[in-house]
Amino acid sequence: MPALGADMEAGTLVEWCVKLGDHVKSGDVIAVVETQKGAIEVEIFADGVVSNILVPVGERVPVGTVLARIGGAGAAEATSAAETLAVAARTPPSPARAAPEFRRAQPSAAPQASRLKVTPVARRRAAAFRLDLAGIRGSGVEGAIRLADVEAAASKASTAPPAVKRGLDLSEMRKAIAAAMSRSKREIPHYYLSETVDLHAALAWLERFNAEKEPIDRVLPAVLFLKAAALALREQPKLNGFYENGTFAAAEAVHVGWAVALRGGGLIAPAILNADKKSLAELMSSMRDLVERARRGGLRGSELMSPTVTVTNVGDRGAETVTGVIYPPQVALVGFGRVVMRPWVVDERIESRPIVSISLAADHRVTDGHLGGLYLAAVARLLQEPERL
Amino acid sequence: MTDEELRRLILELICEIAPEADPAIARDQDDLRETFDLDSMDFANLVVAIHKRTNIDIPEADYNKLFTLKSAIAYLLAKAKA
Repeated sequence: MPALGADMEAGTLVEWCVKLGDHVKSGDVIAVVETQKGAIEVEIFADGVVSNILVPVGERVPVGTVLARIGGAGAAEATSAAETLAVAARTPPSPARAAPEFRRAQPSAAPQASRLKVTPVARRRAAAFRLDLAGIRGSGVEGAIRLADVEAAASKASTAPPAVKRGLDLSEMRKAIAAAMSRSKREIPHYYLSETVDLHAALAWLERFNAEKEPIDRVLPAVLFLKAAALALREQPKLNGFYENGTFAAAEAVHVGWAVALRGGGLIAPAILNADKKSLAELMSSMRDLVERARRGGLRGSELMSPTVTVTNVGDRGAETVTGVIYPPQVALVGFGRVVMRPWVVDERIESRPIVSISLAADHRVTDGHLGGLYLAAVARLLQEPERL
Repeated sequence: MTDEELRRLILELICEIAPEADPAIARDQDDLRETFDLDSMDFANLVVAIHKRTNIDIPEADYNKLFTLKSAIAYLLAKAKA
């Protein structure tokens, strides 16, 4: 069970997308897990054959639990899905991650059932069906109860496994946000800076850029913000990375966690990978896809695990300024307020100009206000040269 | 297309973008973005969808004419006749 965020301690397996013997390759979605952030698709990061599925549908298991084993072609030896995922995952120092002990949910079988011979998978399946093992006749060696026995008993009893809840539970998401943000405010000494930027050049350029394009190919101002924020991080890499175990490690790539507000409440910030290297059209396409999947469900684990920084844009119906809370173990959050028309001094004359307030919340354990100011100045400068974005 | 057909189409497309939207609450003069909690991306997607379904060209400069049902219907009818 991968850690799909700083605050995640457990998840419920709601669907296996592979079965025993299936060939899988790196990047394939192998399962769907329900987390406080909704249903997330879990990918595998190794090639091979599914040799063992260890967690049945419906079971809630702690982060770190091995979900399945991959062996055979492409894998020198059996590789656990969780171990493989953990390689790609950032491992924030939450208690669950600091002590990744293998904790299995104990089946709630009757005391006498513990003396029965039961295969582990049958025991878990019985727990999922809420069946009493004592009432099941085993067909295995020395009367051991096997999976088939449990399923036969379940079928006789017409007991369906408890419906596994799919979809977003906003109260659960609120708990996840509360946990992550409380941790952030408790552990991270934030400092805040802001810069007010004239968008006249950027928006005029964007209007020309979009003018001859079909609606599907037009780019939103938010994409310019995203690209400028990502490019400026190349100049200030100390704002792009992770603070863990008392040490900062700069990330090797700029994977921007793009904050997406969910209707009805809640927020999620999946990654737009290599945002500094993508064209505006590619970023628009990535953003459209991400927003759609964030709201519908269908985000991938890797998208939640990989952000190296977060950018939030409140949009044209949001507040004029936004001052963010850093998502640990990241060390910075960049915020773009609503674009507003304001008087602005141009060549000693006052003109009406589109203005945006750009903020930076950064971790004082890693950087100081001087560096943060240089970063915001770089974002502002890049927005004056939109043709270079 | 008639007024009513356009109205139904716009609301149908909004419901595809925001599945929890209740088209019954739409009032002609209200800002659709407020009524259905549509952000910039939702609105851009609405324009894309209207364009796909009607083949009516909608320049970016005209997006503000689609903010209410009443103005959107009037705009699209005028463009369809042009």
